[in-house]
Amino acid sequence: MRGPGGEIVSDKLLFKDIDEPGLATIDVYKRRGGYQSLERALKCSREEVLQNLMDSGLRGRGGAGFAMGRKASFLPRGTMDKYLVCNADESEPGTFKDRELMQKSPHMLVEGMIIAAYAADANRSFIYIRGEYQQQAEILERAIQEARDAGYLGERILGSDHSLSLVLHRGAGAYICGEETGLLDSLEGKRGNPRLKPPFPANQGLYQGPTLINNVETLATVPHIIRMGGGEYAKLGTETSTGTKLVSVSGNVQRPGNYEIELGIPSREIVYGLAGGPERGREIKLWFPGGSSSPVLTPAELDLPYDFDSMAKAGSMLGSGAIIVVDDSVSVVDVALKLAKFYRHESCGKCTPCREGTNWTVKMLQRVESGEATPMDLDIIASVQQQIMGNCLCVLGDAMAMPVASMVSKFRGEFEAHIEARRAATGLGAPLAGVGV
Amino acid sequence: MSVARYDHGSRIPGWDDAVDLSKDPAEVPDPATMPVPAELRAAIEAAMAKYPDFRSAAIPALHAAQDLHGWCSPEAIEQVACVMRLTPAYLTAVATFYDMFATQPVGRHAVYVCTNISCSLRGADALHSAMQEAAADDPDFNVRAFECLGACDIAPMASVNGVYVGPLEVSDAETIVAQLRAGEDVLPEKQLLRRACADPGARS
Repeated sequence: MRGPGGEIVSDKLLFKDIDEPGLATIDVYKRRGGYQSLERALKCSREEVLQNLMDSGLRGRGGAGFAMGRKASFLPRGTMDKYLVCNADESEPGTFKDRELMQKSPHMLVEGMIIAAYAADANRSFIYIRGEYQQQAEILERAIQEARDAGYLGERILGSDHSLSLVLHRGAGAYICGEETGLLDSLEGKRGNPRLKPPFPANQGLYQGPTLINNVETLATVPHIIRMGGGEYAKLGTETSTGTKLVSVSGNVQRPGNYEIELGIPSREIVYGLAGGPERGREIKLWFPGGSSSPVLTPAELDLPYDFDSMAKAGSMLGSGAIIVVDDSVSVVDVALKLAKFYRHESCGKCTPCREGTNWTVKMLQRVESGEATPMDLDIIASVQQQIMGNCLCVLGDAMAMPVASMVSKFRGEFEAHIEARRAATGLGAPLAGVGV
Repeated sequence: MSVARYDHGSRIPGWDDAVDLSKDPAEVPDPATMPVPAELRAAIEAAMAKYPDFRSAAIPALHAAQDLHGWCSPEAIEQVACVMRLTPAYLTAVATFYDMFATQPVGRHAVYVCTNISCSLRGADALHSAMQEAAADDPDFNVRAFECLGACDIAPMASVNGVYVGPLEVSDAETIVAQLRAGEDVLPEKQLLRRACADPGARS
């Protein structure tokens, strides 16, 4: 992906020809080599396809970063109904990569799903798309119908023993339905409450059957792995973070948008090189490397390579690959409060630490904001975050606790200065006459 | 010390809004007496046929009912309950969980302004106020602040009847309201579907 002079050259997988007019139709997609990977995969055995997915080292692109091939291999063999669910709920703040993929190249996702279902021996598949993506759902629905008419979906696909149905399911606006078990409950027609794990969806998922759940980008990568071969794909990126990744850059940058990068390039190259960095005269104050749920990093950490392990080593995570840049014109208190309010609104209410923790964190941050807090409240905020982490059925609570805790610890000085300034402005905490300090 | 209480005996305002405690719980409506519009029945039955378990069609069915009635009114919920053979309570529980289902009457033009982190860094809060002001007192409009809509590349943005538009200026609020009133396409040049990918390498 590097030219002779070290510059990044265009060698896109997912974004190749993405703006080609009509790519969303099956004719143009096939002219661009579409569905050839499917034909090739169906000529191999399921084990060979699965082995290719394992060899590729592809890690889930939705947030957790679990090896996709291994997850597919966990599904039991047998003749029972097995399910493949594509998580297209993309509601992590700052993330919009799946939207661009589904909208412009829906057949890439459909082809990836058919191959992944073949590898996992699943016979029923679903795409759970968030309700707000109305236009994208219409595009996908057309693509699915085209694939069905062309014989890529249905009974005995292309004469093989593989049969697959695909249903597009629209959600109705709930962040928690991006969590895999919450998504399954929602797909079963219930409120989207997460379930206790284990049992994991691979054993007991949708309708209590074995279920493979993957993100849109993960599944859209599958045709490319089959085309290149798992071993060849693994040569892209770093040893433990293979391949290319779509990165959604947003916030205070000059050119927000989706960029396809090879994992392991310096983060600075993404934020400054591709997205143009902050507006002239502004400096970056902090950045989220993987959506609003990831602990924040400082500008000095922009030199880290952008891959799963480097981000984890820095105490954060690559998450969904959504970089949110915040410049020095913004108060860190506002950012923390905004995030906490979001998670309070989206908490499903099933587990106490999350339901109560998000609520009290908002109240405490509002006190910080208005200057009614004391620096001791910052310790209480930090301790509440500690008590949320790891104590809930799903990671929504952690998703608030991690960034808020990291902001309070890394920018404590700014929180304290904000409290002092607001106290002085509102006349709180003025020394009483006659009381010596 | 005595605690101030509402008539219903609780300190929580509105905790009994969803129910009338003097009534028995509603049962699955009787298909013989419950009128259901034919097109709604067809839509729900088609949705139920798509899934191994018919209950999975709850959200698609509520979408269909809301499209027809404008909101998930008690009547709409009863019609869905009648076709799906589920209790109205079950469907109300589902409808109240999701942000896109309105359990109170709303205006027919849904304008969701994203006010989450990436959009607010680029002025979404001012846009939301401007939008509310522009549509003030017009019962046809349902302007609300929404959580991240997944279009931070066009921040600040809004979803106008399902069409994503951005990046918006504060002055666009008036235009959006005027165009909706006139029944026109909203800000055609700012619609997301017409936007090219930001990645320079993707433009070959």
